[in-house]
Amino acid sequence: MSADETQAAATEPPRTPMRMALRRLRRHRMAIFASRILVILYVLTLFAGFFSPYDYDNERREHSYHPPQGIRFFDADGNFHGRPFVYATSYEFDEYFNRVWTVDTSVRYPLRFFARGDPYTIVGLFTWQRRLFTVEEPGRLYLLGADYRGRDLLSRILYGGRISLTIGLVGVSISFAIGMIVGGISGYVGGRTDFLIQRVCEMIMLIPGFYLLLVLRNTFPPGLSSVQVYFGIVFILAFIYWASFSRVIRGMVLSIREQEFVLAARAAGVPALRIIIRHVLPNTLSYAIVYVSLTIPYYILGESALSLIGLGIQDPVPSWGNLLQEAMSVPELKFHPWILIPGFFIFVAVMAFNFLGDGLRDALDPKTLAGTDS
Amino acid sequence: MIHYVIRRLLLSVLLLLAASLMAFLILKAAPGDYFALLEADPRISQEHVEALRAAYGLDRPIHVQYGMWLSNAVRGNFGHSFAYKQPVSSVIGTRLFNTLILNICAICLTWFIAIPIGVYAAVRQYSLRDKVLSGFSFVGMSLPSFFSALLLLYLFASVLDVLPPGGLYSVQYPQMSVGEKLADVARHLVIPVVVLALTAMASLQRITRGNMLEVLGQQYVCTARAKGLSERQVVYKHALRNALNPLITIFGYEFGALLSGSALLEIILDYPGLGSLMYTAVRSQDQFLVMGGFMMGACMLLVGNLLAELLLAWVDPRISYR
Repeated sequence: MSADETQAAATEPPRTPMRMALRRLRRHRMAIFASRILVILYVLTLFAGFFSPYDYDNERREHSYHPPQGIRFFDADGNFHGRPFVYATSYEFDEYFNRVWTVDTSVRYPLRFFARGDPYTIVGLFTWQRRLFTVEEPGRLYLLGADYRGRDLLSRILYGGRISLTIGLVGVSISFAIGMIVGGISGYVGGRTDFLIQRVCEMIMLIPGFYLLLVLRNTFPPGLSSVQVYFGIVFILAFIYWASFSRVIRGMVLSIREQEFVLAARAAGVPALRIIIRHVLPNTLSYAIVYVSLTIPYYILGESALSLIGLGIQDPVPSWGNLLQEAMSVPELKFHPWILIPGFFIFVAVMAFNFLGDGLRDALDPKTLAGTDS
Repeated sequence: MIHYVIRRLLLSVLLLLAASLMAFLILKAAPGDYFALLEADPRISQEHVEALRAAYGLDRPIHVQYGMWLSNAVRGNFGHSFAYKQPVSSVIGTRLFNTLILNICAICLTWFIAIPIGVYAAVRQYSLRDKVLSGFSFVGMSLPSFFSALLLLYLFASVLDVLPPGGLYSVQYPQMSVGEKLADVARHLVIPVVVLALTAMASLQRITRGNMLEVLGQQYVCTARAKGLSERQVVYKHALRNALNPLITIFGYEFGALLSGSALLEIILDYPGLGSLMYTAVRSQDQFLVMGGFMMGACMLLVGNLLAELLLAWVDPRISYR
């Protein structure tokens, strides 16, 4: 490591602020770890069709609330099998009509890799049937258990991540664009425009966020497809969150516009909008990046919360929030605790974004420039 | 100072007006209204539904409706709730107390635990305990409140079966003695209070630690140490007092969210508070109830912000508003 560094110092590229920030970020071990987790999560969900054993809506009613299965290498007699397998299972009803599952050690279903399963499309472009692993019919693979309709929870979580993980990125991009431009104009132009824009922001921030989320959700006409609901929710969340962002950007623009390079640009006759976009806003970028990574969790949580109380993405399509919906009744929780698992995915994703944002803040904050790195 | 407060209050009134108009328009943008459900019922005649709409003024144009609502609201009449057939103020009043109890308990728990922990972590910066504590606070900040509520429900209401699964009263509540009633409510409060406090505690701990570290690096702390004060006095008398100033802003924010911050949790845990009331009101388009709740939430936020600014000016003489 140190040898690397000295060599790097010898042939060091010019020290741009961006490069120095990146270097500081690389030293932030938790942020790096978090970004790796995020890459894994995004790859898993982007190729959910490949990594999950079944389609998200592939149900088998008689396997309702099938408990999680372990993948085994050793059978009941202690023999080793090179190809991992799961045992067949069967159930009986007890006197309360709860299913009691028993493992039948006489029938083995070996895992089959790259086998044909339910068809899926990759990024909406190619249709494919091969899945990373699955078992031969009539066996079923439930690594994380099944839901009430006997759908594999692992598959549903991976498919659900497509919604929960993208909603943050899409939503943040929208409120980023609005917030930057509106905040830039408000701060740079000043006067009445500024006053008006600021009052509009305050108006939005005045109504408690969750209430605003509820009423805005209520304006959706009935019978929307899940894609329409998805974009509706993204826009609602962006609408709620752009205001506070644009206020901070405005505050930064107020001080930036007093600097000489802005005066120079103005003297050279550059039009105002161009000054804002080319000269002023880039100087707010480091804060904006930190802000973006720290607010993505709010979008994830907003969607999960809405879906959890039944106002978001609707059933056959999974999202991490609506997967938790079944966990809201205590009796279900008692007998099938694995339905809580989607919550851990939300938790991990949110924590990873928090760590990444924290690392980015440390890396991009000019205050730390004076300290460790010079 | 007085001028500043008056100007702020005037501006607040204008803002409230604008926010109420926005909220009203969004409410009206939703398809259908409260009485649309009645229309689907074949036993109720169309004329009756129309008469009900006319009685509440729902058949008028939107601007007339808003004007009617506004002129009543400024006189303190927020209208009737369709679902509860009572004035909005009394419907909200019954739920207000529950939400206040929940939030005040949570805030007390948060502040009494988070600040000492924050100070402790700052004094021992980079020690193992500090790292463990900051790890905990990251977990607490990232744990969604709905998920920690479900986890606690699973642990305490189902596996251990020591706490009730949501709500605020047991079924036997009316037959209980006063002491038992109090104990029953307290048992029901444990999970929501802990969940609310957990999230708030994590961030408050971190902020306290950060402020404390900043203050401990100041020269007057060095001076205090140099003149031979005990570490205890340095930390608690000189440093902590200054580190607490920025927390006043957070206090103002928490005050603003006092009535609306626990909404999601109330819905999930079936807690009979304002949040769950607003949820059903929004869902059923009980419009005057929704407007009443919104206005109250907005007022709380305004008061909270103003309170924070005034408190900050009061404790920190360097700050003055013009």
